[in-house]
Amino acid sequence: MINVAIAGGSGYAGGELLRILLAHPDVEVVQVTSERLAGKFVHRAHPNLRGLTRLRFVPLGELSHCDVLFSCLPHGESARRIDDFRAVADRIVDLGADFRLTDPSVYERFYGRTHPRPDLLGRFVYGIAELNRDELRTASLVACAGCNATATILALRPLYQAGVAQSAVVEVKVGSSEAGNRASDASHHPERSGAMRSYKPTGHRHMAEIEAVLPGPVHFSATSVEMVRGILATCHVFVDRHAGIDDKALWKIYRRAYALEPFVRIVKDRAGIHRYPDPNILAGSNYCDIGFEADRNANRVVVLGAIDNLMKGAAGQAVQAFNIMHGLPERRGLEFPGLHPA
Amino acid sequence: MCNCPVCDASVTISDDPVEGELLECEECGTELEILALDPITLGEAPEMEEDWGE
Repeated sequence: MINVAIAGGSGYAGGELLRILLAHPDVEVVQVTSERLAGKFVHRAHPNLRGLTRLRFVPLGELSHCDVLFSCLPHGESARRIDDFRAVADRIVDLGADFRLTDPSVYERFYGRTHPRPDLLGRFVYGIAELNRDELRTASLVACAGCNATATILALRPLYQAGVAQSAVVEVKVGSSEAGNRASDASHHPERSGAMRSYKPTGHRHMAEIEAVLPGPVHFSATSVEMVRGILATCHVFVDRHAGIDDKALWKIYRRAYALEPFVRIVKDRAGIHRYPDPNILAGSNYCDIGFEADRNANRVVVLGAIDNLMKGAAGQAVQAFNIMHGLPERRGLEFPGLHPA
Repeated sequence: MCNCPVCDASVTISDDPVEGELLECEECGTELEILALDPITLGEAPEMEEDWGE
């Protein structure tokens, strides 16, 4: 068994991680930390896990040795504590933003502060398996990608790889769980319920990751919508008008990129009501569904990418990376297909 | 085995195909019609459009 601990396990990503790992046949969860809930059973924060474990939260200071430490701490905290983490864990998978980027000046531009440990930037493998599977096999430090970045990158990368994308405009619609489990004015029910609120038309932090992976230019906006989980990235991609991109060509490009991927599905159906990706049916699953349509009159391709932000955009991505790091089947612990109707 | 004329996925043809036989592409969901048998030629079957409010 692989002994794992979760630092900062009282939030939504930590709860999803715990849900997956408790059922993972190769894993024993030995510790879960929370300063606020230290001493309380984990089902106090994650009621869906009642009866599945007797684990109680412990404070960070009581972390003891484990094989793998997953960090779900707020941004900035992993970097501040990274030496302590490396002292207790052979491998670290960070779900926060601290080590996703490699350039400290880019970090400063997007996060508005100097990175506390620039010496470690570039030492972490960016955790999207579809990009870095080979590097993950031998990684001891992994930084999971941001949820919006994951949906956008997986949707767009095949077109850039194929050399047909010239630029892209991305609009993501996001659920409320992206904001975490701490209340704010924006999450107050009368303010959040029914919201369709543009919260970051430009300059979203995940742009830093998108720009690091895709040659761009990519323009990105985010809108909060009435949903708890889920991201739908609608990507308007402008293509070379001489490239002759039609739907059949897009099928070829996306099949080439993802035919063998266990968690990426092409959803472009001519029949039924579920013709394009819909994050609603992905809740709790690790899938990224991708659809597309060519608009040849406008030299434009519309690509749609949908994920559960807490799964493929956080905990599921982390476990997929964990499986690869340990030579386990990638789907292990991640077989849940989602719910319908949800 | 033939390819879907819409998405190019492989489409399995029955052992005794009949001209006019309808098939569905498993990947893109297009309803296909066997237009000819020698060689087997697939085309998009005419379909009733669902009302999507367009």
